Amino acid sequence: MTIKGFRQITFSINSKERTLVIDMRQSLLEVLREELGLKSVKEGCGVGECGACSVLVDDVLVDSCIYLAIWADGRKIRTVEGEARNGKLSMVQQAYVDEGAVQCGFCTPGFIMATTSFKEKCHGKKVSHDEIRKAHAGNLCRCTGYQNILKAVEKSIES
Amino acid sequence: MAVGKPVKRIDAIAKVTGRAEYTQDLLKPGTLVARYYRSTIAHGRVKTIDVKKALNLKGVEAIFTFDDVPENKFATAGHPFSVDPEHKDVEDRLLLTRDIRFMGDEIAIVVAKDNIIADQALKMIKVSYQEYEPLISPLKILDKKARQIHEGSSNIVGEHEFAFGKNVDEEFKKADHVIKGKFETAMVQHCHIENHISYAYMDDIDRIIIVSSTQIPHIVRRIVGQALSIQLSRVRVIKPFIGGGFGNKQDVILEPMVAFLTLKLDGKPVQINLSREECMLGTRNRHPFFVKVKTGVMNDGTMTAREMDVISITGAYASHGHAIASAGGSKQSSLYPRMATRFHARTLYANIPVAGAMRAYGSPQIIYALECATEDAARKIGIDSVEFRLKNIARQGDMNLLSGKEILSCGMAECLIKGKEFMDWDNKKKEYEKYKKGPVRRGLGVACLSYASGTYPVCVEIAGTRIALNQDGTVHVQVGATEIGQGSDTIVAQMVAETLSLPYEDVRVVQAQDTDVSPFDTGAYASRQAYVVSNAVLRAANELKTKILNHACLMTGKGKKALDIKKGNIIDVNTDNVVMDMKTLSMDSFYHKERGCQLTAEVSFKTTANAPVFGCTFVDITVDIPLFKIKINEIINVHDAGVIINPVQAGGQVHGGVFMGIGAALSEEVLIDPDSGYVYNNNLLDYKFPTFMDIPQIHHDFVETFEPTSGYGNKSLGEPPVITPPPAIRNAVLDATGVCINSLPMSPRNLFVLFQKNGLIGSIRS
Repeated sequence: MTIKGFRQITFSINSKERTLVIDMRQSLLEVLREELGLKSVKEGCGVGECGACSVLVDDVLVDSCIYLAIWADGRKIRTVEGEARNGKLSMVQQAYVDEGAVQCGFCTPGFIMATTSFKEKCHGKKVSHDEIRKAHAGNLCRCTGYQNILKAVEKSIES
Repeated sequence: MAVGKPVKRIDAIAKVTGRAEYTQDLLKPGTLVARYYRSTIAHGRVKTIDVKKALNLKGVEAIFTFDDVPENKFATAGHPFSVDPEHKDVEDRLLLTRDIRFMGDEIAIVVAKDNIIADQALKMIKVSYQEYEPLISPLKILDKKARQIHEGSSNIVGEHEFAFGKNVDEEFKKADHVIKGKFETAMVQHCHIENHISYAYMDDIDRIIIVSSTQIPHIVRRIVGQALSIQLSRVRVIKPFIGGGFGNKQDVILEPMVAFLTLKLDGKPVQINLSREECMLGTRNRHPFFVKVKTGVMNDGTMTAREMDVISITGAYASHGHAIASAGGSKQSSLYPRMATRFHARTLYANIPVAGAMRAYGSPQIIYALECATEDAARKIGIDSVEFRLKNIARQGDMNLLSGKEILSCGMAECLIKGKEFMDWDNKKKEYEKYKKGPVRRGLGVACLSYASGTYPVCVEIAGTRIALNQDGTVHVQVGATEIGQGSDTIVAQMVAETLSLPYEDVRVVQAQDTDVSPFDTGAYASRQAYVVSNAVLRAANELKTKILNHACLMTGKGKKALDIKKGNIIDVNTDNVVMDMKTLSMDSFYHKERGCQLTAEVSFKTTANAPVFGCTFVDITVDIPLFKIKINEIINVHDAGVIINPVQAGGQVHGGVFMGIGAALSEEVLIDPDSGYVYNNNLLDYKFPTFMDIPQIHHDFVETFEPTSGYGNKSLGEPPVITPPPAIRNAVLDATGVCINSLPMSPRNLFVLFQKNGLIGSIRS
């Protein structure tokens, strides 16, 4: 049975395949939070300004608040919930802890996904501060002045 | 030993894994959505409102208008209750209003099953207005014929004057030079990444539970009780993790409304989750200030007299009102205590969004004017900016003549010396002489600050701590002090670990505040928490330590003086040998059938001192005149915050403050149409707070003093770093170009006007 305005989608979320019937108007942010309980995905503006809802779609950094959930059909989604495995933080998460890059923490999951995508793109290459800044310019933080985040990114690229 | 160590923050892993739960993450299934109907004009009165069509929309639960809410006005400022009626906050708020005082004022509220329905219903509400001329500029507001924005208030929320030191008028007469200046600061916004959100439900016939992103849970409970005339025992406020506040959540904004709604809707859960646009329009901002400063100075560089006249704009409602100008004005007495000083301030209502508490509470405005004026005085005399300040600033043992208290710890001079050395000030000064001409120029700037460590004696300073020993020898700590991202829970854990000689990892601070169970504390504001809570933590930890050692005596038969705690073990002080570990002791205290009990300690303590803190910014900039652009080459803040409990977290506070200061200096302002009161940029795209690309490396350093009135020698640090970047940058622009930029922000638009006026660029013909 099909219901008008709803569609079935299948996607991989943190390495597990899921099939859902969703309201076609829903953003990926809404589906991740409300249907799948992935509460790390934060809403700070709802219009793609702040980056708190950043997730990876096929390893590309995306503001999930302005990405329709139906577009995720057949794709691979990653959120911060999938980054710590077997009780061990990812190298990026560990670097954020070690460098004091976390204050209120509301922007942190989005930042960690931005750094994760950046790290994977760098393939261990040396990067400049400017490259780090540019790669994280879509994520706003009001607590840290970005200083310790920069150190955390540097450390996680090196590790 | 945990104090002074860069231990990892207690909640860092919860946050990097996304497991830390914020208000929105805790919503109950089926929570209804409430959304405000906001005015589209800045000043007027609702003539008619028609909600019939909206009410009939499927999915709408209820609509309430100004006709449906209680008539008792309440104050929203997150201050401790004042038993002195003179110091009571202005009570000028209703839950909904018929009288429109700013564009965005709350006229009605729709409750619906979801956001989409609520938004559709809002569009169906029909309102007609009686419009009045918006009052926005001080000149218009103070006009005798101006309409009263709040009936009976003459548009002045508060006014006061003080003087200290010698006779100000005589000192001006005796001064070799008198320098005058006029300064303006913009309205800026906190922009915490988590918007305001609260929800409420009932768990009994008459019990309301409010979960809210707030800095002040205990104050919220009291104000909700007042606003709705209900007993405090019927209200429970829970504060989970909060995504930043910076003062904007030191105000009771959504909580009385969600409590009202759940009461009206038979206990159904109802949330208000403001959109970013609403949050930037309808919560709080920093008060814009208009400041006139007069400084008397002698040829030898001694400043002898100062007069300040301040107009502060609080916007449509008082909120923290005149307390901002009052608190800001009072801090100068600990920075330049030996000058004869007179201060006069007025706070005005205006038909613009509401101003309230924001990081450093009036000081960024006052110290900006003060440190610009100080720079102008130094330049008039021709003395180096640092030397001039060293001559005039506070020293340990100076009397703060306004508070009548001696300054017991003061590292102001050492801060200046450290900053000067870092900046290589003298060499750069010489080198930059060659960059004072042409389109691209370089300059250096400095500015000093003093601030307080709490609100005493204006308000009570009370903190509570409860510590309980667990069966395995670890401890649980509850404080009323509110973790809002600044790291206070970590600091508390370090203090407890220090006094009990326990490993830091064995101390668990209960994160969420819950007014049903958390000890009383007034919350996170005034940079007070680490200072005020330290006195309660020290006493509670010492009390528990005594109880632990007493129990060890019962178990071992040894005398009290023979035992101590070291690294989580009970030791014999004579041999340093371990007598038993904490778990053995604790298991005995819990489960021995005759002796002992659960070992706990609880202390509620009032701090009756208020330690001043000091600091400064040094900055090296390049000014590109044809581009109207200021580039920061190097910036450092140096602070005397007493003993630094955690150097990494302390550094983080300085970084965040400097960053916010740079934003206020260069780009941030709430843009308001001067005729209509329309707000142009209540979103994160058009309101320019710095991104990662806009912020240079921020350096920081500390001068550690020991403050005797604090439990661990520490003083305040959360707010002060935001204060001095704007005046330091302004002074550097003056150094580079010779132009005084006396209004904030120093955006390209502002620089264009002033560079043209001062002949740095040719006039642009239209």
